[in-house]
Amino acid sequence: MKINQLSWMIGGPQGSGVDSGANIFSRACAYGGLHVFGKREYHSNIKGEHSNYVVRVDSKPIRSHLDEIDFLVTFDPETLFRHVHKVVPGGVIIYDVNQEGITVDKIPTIDKQANRRIKSFLSENGVGYSVKDVIEYASRNGILTYGIPYVKLLEGLAEELGDPRIARMDVMINVMAVASSFALLQYDFAPIERAINYVFKAKEKVAKLNIEAAKYVYKYVLENFERTSYKLEPVSKSEDGRIIIQGYQASALGKIAGGCRFQSYYPITPASDESVYLEDNAVFEIIGENGELEKGSIVVVQTEDEIAAIAMAIGAGLAGVRASTATSGPGFSLMAEGLGWAGMNEVPVVVTLYQRGGPSTGLPTRHSQEDLLFAVYAGHGEFPRIVYASGDVEEVFYDVAKVFNFAERYQTPVIHLIDKGMANSIMTVKKFDLSKVKIDRGELVETFVDGVYKRFKFTETGVSPRVKLGTENVVFWNTGDEHDELGHITEDHEVRTMMVDKRMKKLELALQEIDDEDKALFYGDDDADYVVLSWGSTKGVILDAMDMLKKDGYKLKFVQVKLLHPFPSDRVSELIGDARFLIDIEHNKTAQFGSIVKREILRDIDYYILKYNGRPMSLSEVYMALKLIFENKANKIQVLNNGD
Amino acid sequence: MAIKIDEVKKLTLDDYKTDVHNDWCPGCGDFGILQSVQMALFELGIPRHKAVVFSGIGCSGKTPHFINVYGIHTLHGRAVPFAIGAKLANPDLNVIVVGGDGDGLGIGVGHFVSAGRRNVGLTYIVYNNAVYGLTKGQASPTLKLGVKTKSLPKPNINDAVNPIALALVSGYTFIARAYSYDVKHLKEIIKKAVLHKGLAFIDVLQPCPTYNDINTKDWYSGKDRIDPKTGKSIPRIYKLEDTGYDPYVRSDDPDELNSKFVQVVEKSLEWGDKIPVGIFYINEHISSYEERISSVISDYLSNPPARQRIALKNGMTNVKLERLLREFSI
Repeated sequence: MKINQLSWMIGGPQGSGVDSGANIFSRACAYGGLHVFGKREYHSNIKGEHSNYVVRVDSKPIRSHLDEIDFLVTFDPETLFRHVHKVVPGGVIIYDVNQEGITVDKIPTIDKQANRRIKSFLSENGVGYSVKDVIEYASRNGILTYGIPYVKLLEGLAEELGDPRIARMDVMINVMAVASSFALLQYDFAPIERAINYVFKAKEKVAKLNIEAAKYVYKYVLENFERTSYKLEPVSKSEDGRIIIQGYQASALGKIAGGCRFQSYYPITPASDESVYLEDNAVFEIIGENGELEKGSIVVVQTEDEIAAIAMAIGAGLAGVRASTATSGPGFSLMAEGLGWAGMNEVPVVVTLYQRGGPSTGLPTRHSQEDLLFAVYAGHGEFPRIVYASGDVEEVFYDVAKVFNFAERYQTPVIHLIDKGMANSIMTVKKFDLSKVKIDRGELVETFVDGVYKRFKFTETGVSPRVKLGTENVVFWNTGDEHDELGHITEDHEVRTMMVDKRMKKLELALQEIDDEDKALFYGDDDADYVVLSWGSTKGVILDAMDMLKKDGYKLKFVQVKLLHPFPSDRVSELIGDARFLIDIEHNKTAQFGSIVKREILRDIDYYILKYNGRPMSLSEVYMALKLIFENKANKIQVLNNGD
Repeated sequence: MAIKIDEVKKLTLDDYKTDVHNDWCPGCGDFGILQSVQMALFELGIPRHKAVVFSGIGCSGKTPHFINVYGIHTLHGRAVPFAIGAKLANPDLNVIVVGGDGDGLGIGVGHFVSAGRRNVGLTYIVYNNAVYGLTKGQASPTLKLGVKTKSLPKPNINDAVNPIALALVSGYTFIARAYSYDVKHLKEIIKKAVLHKGLAFIDVLQPCPTYNDINTKDWYSGKDRIDPKTGKSIPRIYKLEDTGYDPYVRSDDPDELNSKFVQVVEKSLEWGDKIPVGIFYINEHISSYEERISSVISDYLSNPPARQRIALKNGMTNVKLERLLREFSI
């Protein structure tokens, strides 16, 4: 019996409730005190294309997904055809018994490449192309298959509740599929009911009906099917008051907590979820000067394009407001000129860059880490900027306040790198602790009394005291042209050199001042010969793989670099220590991070584990790739390609 | 917006001028606009720290450096969104945007149109001389089809946009045109525009003495058209207010609005022998963007982003996230 250890997948056409089904499943598990990590895959499409959600559940914290599936929960044949090969022996498939006759060729959303791949897998295993054939094959391989008569169950429910309309409510099939899997896992119904109520909180009637449907199916499955070898059991909840949250929500909450009071954005996947969340929660509670509750708010503006988005954020920044914009690759491309203006005029502004597959439109809804070098170099000419990457959902929250602190302290644009994988991952994490959120506004001068105010005054550190537009007794000028201390245009060759030096000096200051823990983090065995170097959302899968490798007796250390520009070479070199082998793990073709590391620490990288097919690395493949390195069987470059 | 005159120290017009050397060509129409803006700010008694002039790129882009208020010289075509960001962050600021016709109606035309949809309370002055001066006289979006100004190798094969009509259909709620050599008239229009609660647009006919040899000062004043009776030139420019023209939309009756639209478009099409200047359109019945934000954030105007405290005295965040975190609690 496998208790509280599960890799669960639900799939279906977009618009059929895959997302809400997975949400209900994840929350119900989390309500029972279990740890959850969920990964969402979807097409750039509104309705009809295949989407799926993998949820891993465990009694200990987990941070990555597995390729292997214990429970495949389906209500359409496409999900079955696409994922059957990943179900483990002893695993479970839930499917619609009424669809047994449907064949691979009958499904238009299975494109040619996938059609060929699925059919060649089936024929290699001597299996026909229908649902029935596939189910029989699965059974032969020790997979437990459960045909659920969704339509008949709806009819039964309609009769029981005396409402014939319910018989046609196939929108509830997603919840019925989730309920079936919970019954097979012998999980309590109470947390399921609570999760359904949560997901449909805006529609009480819908929630009620879905609960009825779930109950009905739950009972039916308990009565009619044998048990599986999997079980989920509620565990006692920890003291830390856990939350379940997605990356984009953590970023949005980080902005509210971190003092961001203006956000501009243009709709783009996967970045706009954050802005929409902020718009929806524009008014929040703050603690007033005398300790009483007051109202705080954030102005969110949907702009006509990303050029306007960064321009407005900079304008708000000039008015002394912590301001940001959130975007993805194509939008960030349009922001390059604005970014340079902010660098030139030393305006604090934060760009939250949700990376996705590029170039051009690329893979709009798929994962990647391809924009690191672009973030470091975007814009013409030379100007200071800070590029910062968070490793997981929890880090995102705390890092947002930090990136605003950097932006204000060094009066420069900051690019906060997130990615699609993280944006759409759902995770159980410790409740966010606001007492850890510090606000540092740098040299922001609230009142100015006498003398001539020089916005770009030459100083030892390169940082000049900043005032907000509207500050009394002051005026200042900004220009994208090279300028003097007052901010007026100059083409003088001496002032030019001094101004460039002044601006760029701020990066040296940043490297001196930023805490070591904020530059790069270290995990694992200090004296290990092998060191994994990585950045961003690969953190979770690397840590999980390290745990597995440790059990195999392999020693590994992991250096997670968060400050990517200016690059903390000393800190990274120190953390690497005398490890003999360097392994770079990242989600792009050209090892962008590796190229920075090589240049900055003057050492070659021994092994690369790269992936650029638009899907986050799975624990299964990272573990295998690292194991090959330890066994001295690995090529210098291993390209991972698992996906679905 | 309300301006508290009593806040103002005794300032003189000179206080609104800087000592930065002005490198515009002698006789440039920009000088008249610069003067008008300085005079308008002075006469309205706007304290220098409460005014911000945003500009784009080109000769007009240098304007803020000559005005002794906050001056933000931004990117080509992007002055409007920079200005909107600052205004929404701090609605107490008096924001004027200046820019060329290429800036606002060429590279920045997307922002020009989108700004109309929002009706943010700021004044946008376009320096309209039909050429790109600083890059040596290429055709701008307001140069008419078939016209060949002196630096063009061939007559213009693009047609011109109609700035007044474009502002109207985009949603600007104050639309005017002025002539840069009539400083007094332009200044009065700027003052009205600044006091208007929503988005104001002023199209300023501004001869470029170096590159536009067609729409010159002499041409506007009709030096080529001598009245045989008086022997005097017949100016092309005339003032709408002298004709009894009524720019106000007096009610929110759609029929009235429709007829006003037709009237504005008709007037905007006049060119050549008769060129109207003055206020074409004022509509105070459209809510400003600031009012629209206030419908979501009720204390927005009294507690806008720029006034909000974001930290406690000990430097930690002052945000209480309990209510929002409830949604995610287990």
